[in-house]
Amino acid sequence: MPAVAGWFTGEEDGFRLLGTRCQACASVFFPREDDHCRNPHCAGGVLEEVPLSRYGRVWSYTDSRYRPPSPYVSNPDLPWVPYTLIAVELEAERIVVLGQAAPGVTTADLAVGMEVEVIPGVLQKDPEAALTTLTTWNWRPRR
Amino acid sequence: MTTDVAVLGVGMHPWGKWGRSFVEYGTVAARAALTDAGVDWRDVGSIVGADTVRGGYPGYVAGATFARALGRQGARVTSVYAACASGAQAVAAARAQILAGLAEVVLVVGADAAPKGFFRPAGGDRPDDPDWLRFRLLGATNPAYFGLYARRRMAVHGDTPEDFARVKVKNAALGALNPYARYRNRITSEEVAASAVVADPLRLLDICATSDGGAALVLSSIAFAQRQGVARPVRIRSVSTVSPRFPNTELDMPDIATDSAVAVEPATEAFRASIARTAYEEAGLGPEDLSLAEVYDLSTAMELQWYEDLGLCADGEAAKLLREGATAPGGRIPVNTSGGLASFGEAVPAQAIAQLCELTWQLRGAAGERQVTGARAGITANQGLFGHGSAVVVVR
Repeated sequence: MPAVAGWFTGEEDGFRLLGTRCQACASVFFPREDDHCRNPHCAGGVLEEVPLSRYGRVWSYTDSRYRPPSPYVSNPDLPWVPYTLIAVELEAERIVVLGQAAPGVTTADLAVGMEVEVIPGVLQKDPEAALTTLTTWNWRPRR
Repeated sequence: MTTDVAVLGVGMHPWGKWGRSFVEYGTVAARAALTDAGVDWRDVGSIVGADTVRGGYPGYVAGATFARALGRQGARVTSVYAACASGAQAVAAARAQILAGLAEVVLVVGADAAPKGFFRPAGGDRPDDPDWLRFRLLGATNPAYFGLYARRRMAVHGDTPEDFARVKVKNAALGALNPYARYRNRITSEEVAASAVVADPLRLLDICATSDGGAALVLSSIAFAQRQGVARPVRIRSVSTVSPRFPNTELDMPDIATDSAVAVEPATEAFRASIARTAYEEAGLGPEDLSLAEVYDLSTAMELQWYEDLGLCADGEAAKLLREGATAPGGRIPVNTSGGLASFGEAVPAQAIAQLCELTWQLRGAAGERQVTGARAGITANQGLFGHGSAVVVVR
C-alpha cells in the first residue's frame, strides 16, 4: 500500500508523482495542495490533480550515513544501510522534488545536472506486519 | 522618532550537555543579564520567552515559565515560537513593546535542553505535517538538507571540502577563547577530514551539534538607559523577521519540494538575502559598514552561503573571501567571533539571543581575546524552519 495517499500512481513505466495544478494561474503543487492556490497573486482556481514529469535533472544529492530517528521506520536489529537522497529539478513544472534514490544508487553514481527518472520504490517492510509493504517514489539515473 | 532600543544587559548559561532543565539554563542567563544591566527583576515590566518544544507544553510555556522561576511579579508576558528564529522574534516583540511605550524594560530569555543526536519532530502520527512527513517518507534529517546545500555549492561555485573544513578551523579557534562555548579545543583541517561522513559531502566536524544552553537580554528604551547612567548603550537598530515570497525556489527545510515557478517568475533575490537586505534597509547601513557578523553555521558550508547572502562578497566568492582571511580575526569582516554554532552546538530558542550577546560584548569592547578592534556595527543572521527570517543589526 502507498506510504502516503494520493502522491503517486501507476506501475513500472507508467509510474508518476501526482501533484495539483491551479486552473486559474497554472501553479503546480507537490506535495498536492487541495485547499487553495498558494500563489498570492492568484484569486484561486480549482485545483486539479496532475501527473508530474517522469524525468528531471539532479539539483543536488546527499546520503544518510546514520540511522535517522523516528518517525522514519527501520529495523533496529539490522545493521544500518545508508540510502541516497536526490533533489530533482523538473523543467516543465519548474519545481524541485526530493526523494530517496533507488536501492544501490550511491552518491558516487550521481552528478548535479544528471538526468534521472522517477520509479516505484519500497519505503519499508514493516517488521511488525510482514504483509504490509509501504510503497513510495524513488529517483534513479535515466536508463 | 528613534527606532533604537538599548541592550542594557546580556547573560548566558554555558552551552553543553548538562542534563538539567531548560528552565535552569534560562534563569541563570536571565539573572546574569539583569545583573549586567543593573536592573532589579521586580522593576521589569515585560518578559518575552523564546519557546522550547521540549518543555512538556510546546509553544505555550516559555515566558511564563521563566517569570515563575525568577519569582512572579506580574510582568506582561509573551512567548514566541519561530524555530531557529525564535530568539529574533522574541527581540522583535520586546522592541515593539518598548517603541510603543508599553514597557520601558523588557527581559528576553531563550533556553533549551536538546535531545541526543538528530533533532526530530515531536511524537505522534501527523501525516498533514511536512516536518513529520520528511522524516517518515524520506528519512531527511537536518544534516541531509545541509548535505544537499553543500553539494550544490560545490557544483555551482566550485567550493571544496577543504574550504568547508577551513570554516571549522576558524570557528574552533575562536570557540577556544569563549568561556560560554561547549567546544573549547582548536581543530585542524586534518581532523575534519578524518571525521566520519554524516551526509555526503559533510562530515561530523562540518555539522553543528545539538546542545543545552541559555541566553538572555535586558532591552530598554534609550531614555531609560540614559537614566541608568549608560550614556552610549549598545543599540538594536533593526530587526528583520521577514518570510519568503512565492515562489520560493530554494528547497527549504522541512519541505519535500520547492514552490513551482511556472506561474510567477521568482524574485532575483533569494530568501536569505532578503532577510539581510530588510535588516540593512531598516538600519540605514550596508554590509560595508559592518565591523563583524554572527551567522548561523548549522554546517560549515552554510556559513559560506551566508557570506554571500549578507553581501559580504559576490555570489560564488565566499570560499575566496574565507581563504583571504577576510572573515577571520584581524580580517576585513570577522564572522562568528563567538565560535559560532561550530563551537556552541545549537540550543534552538537561545541561539539568536546568544548571537546578540556576542555582538553586544564586541561593541562594548568587552570580548577579551576575541575582541574585534574598534567594533562599531554588527549583524546577526539566521533562518528558522518553516520560513522564518531572522536578522538583527546592532550599533554603538
